[in-house]
Amino acid sequence: MAQTRREMLIDPLVDNNPITLQVLGICSALAVTSSLQVAFVMALAVTFVTAFSSMFISMLRNHIPGSIRIIVQMVVIASLVIVVDQFLKAYAFQISKTLSVFVGLIITNCIVMGRAEAFAMKNTPVASFIDGIGNGLGYGLILMLVGVIRELFGSGSLFGITIFETVNNGGWYVPNGLLLLPPSAFFIIGLIIWGFRSWKPAQVEEREYKIQTVEGH
Amino acid sequence: MSEVNENKGMIRRFLDLPTDSLPKTIFVAVMVCLVGSMFVSAAAVALRPIQEVNKLLDKQVNILQVAGLYEDGVDVAEAFAQFEPRVLELATGEFTDQFDAASFDDRAASSDPELSIALDDDPASIGRQSRFVTAYLLRDANGDLDKVVLPLHGYGLWSTLYGFIALEANGNDIFGLQFYEHAETPGLGAEVDNPRWKSLWAGKRLADEDGVLQISVTKTAPAAGADYHVDALAGATLTTAGVHNLVRFWMGEAGYAPFLANLQAGDI
Repeated sequence: MAQTRREMLIDPLVDNNPITLQVLGICSALAVTSSLQVAFVMALAVTFVTAFSSMFISMLRNHIPGSIRIIVQMVVIASLVIVVDQFLKAYAFQISKTLSVFVGLIITNCIVMGRAEAFAMKNTPVASFIDGIGNGLGYGLILMLVGVIRELFGSGSLFGITIFETVNNGGWYVPNGLLLLPPSAFFIIGLIIWGFRSWKPAQVEEREYKIQTVEGH
Repeated sequence: MSEVNENKGMIRRFLDLPTDSLPKTIFVAVMVCLVGSMFVSAAAVALRPIQEVNKLLDKQVNILQVAGLYEDGVDVAEAFAQFEPRVLELATGEFTDQFDAASFDDRAASSDPELSIALDDDPASIGRQSRFVTAYLLRDANGDLDKVVLPLHGYGLWSTLYGFIALEANGNDIFGLQFYEHAETPGLGAEVDNPRWKSLWAGKRLADEDGVLQISVTKTAPAAGADYHVDALAGATLTTAGVHNLVRFWMGEAGYAPFLANLQAGDI
């Protein structure tokens, strides 16, 4: 790979973002973005797991038999996720209650497996670690963007601090309830993808089909 | 010494095998599982004491919340000291001093054959029910009973919901209900934690004037009237049914009915 380490870290933020370009990890992006605090912890947890699982898998890459490679990757990822879950339960109990099953579901987050299989199996541990951090940050960036929109307009606050005083609390802002429901994240991610691709047309995929025109007689 | 060398030799020999050979595959699988499980169990064992403290604190916060005594930044231990925990024998509805109320563990008791009974009629799907539970009494400045907080639990869709119900001193008016532990679907069943839904419980009544248990959690209001009805959660039929069943079970004859009768008779 001719990529420099700097590129490995920066690339997944916009140019090769796991959510907007590779369209991975959408499930958890829908679930945890209704509040910024939760989205932030989730982003940290995914970054940590992606970085370390990529590093460990890369260290083992020359010894992992092809027939069981996915299972070996899963064991490494699952162990890390459980350790993260235990730490959250010990040191961030309220957040771990809000994240509930989604911490466990980092195991099935396609980004983690995707980087393990696509990058860490063929690259050195240091490069894999940086690639993991980069992709975790790329995921986190989108999570935070979506989280800002959803929390600000859905509950009138950011990180739990009131920005718009809502009507329920005697203010003026009528919160948009749709933004607290998972489908709103779909719309927002769709808009972000549109924005990214208008800004960087290189990301637009080629059509898989061509509309045929029939010559008139 | 020679044994260590031999062991090293063995691992080396395995590592040098062709990666896709059967022995190497088995070796890698076993090693990865062993190392992974060691990490996981080390983290679980080392962090358990801190997690237990968190759980206890969380339970106390929930008891305070359900009784309307919790505010952000309040000293939990100090606020919790207002409560008088008492172990209650369900069958007689009277307090017992057989156990130390501060350390009695209802949940451990539910699985202890000495302290629990297997249920035949089990609408809350809990299997075994402890014969003793810890009730939390709150007294006003004159020492009169103000509220009583009772634990309850039952099965929802995915998980057992553990919670508390706070009743007024008359033993029939609900002050609040909330769950502190469950694993229902976030956004659907987990909306049992939604403050707006929880606030529906305040002011509801358990039984009508004839003493018939009327409280229900359903989609449509029953004949008994709105005072005995909490609206179901949208999109969470089975969690709602679970809450309906568990509340009716615990407030019924197999649950707190004898205690509530004593409470109404003024015997507590």
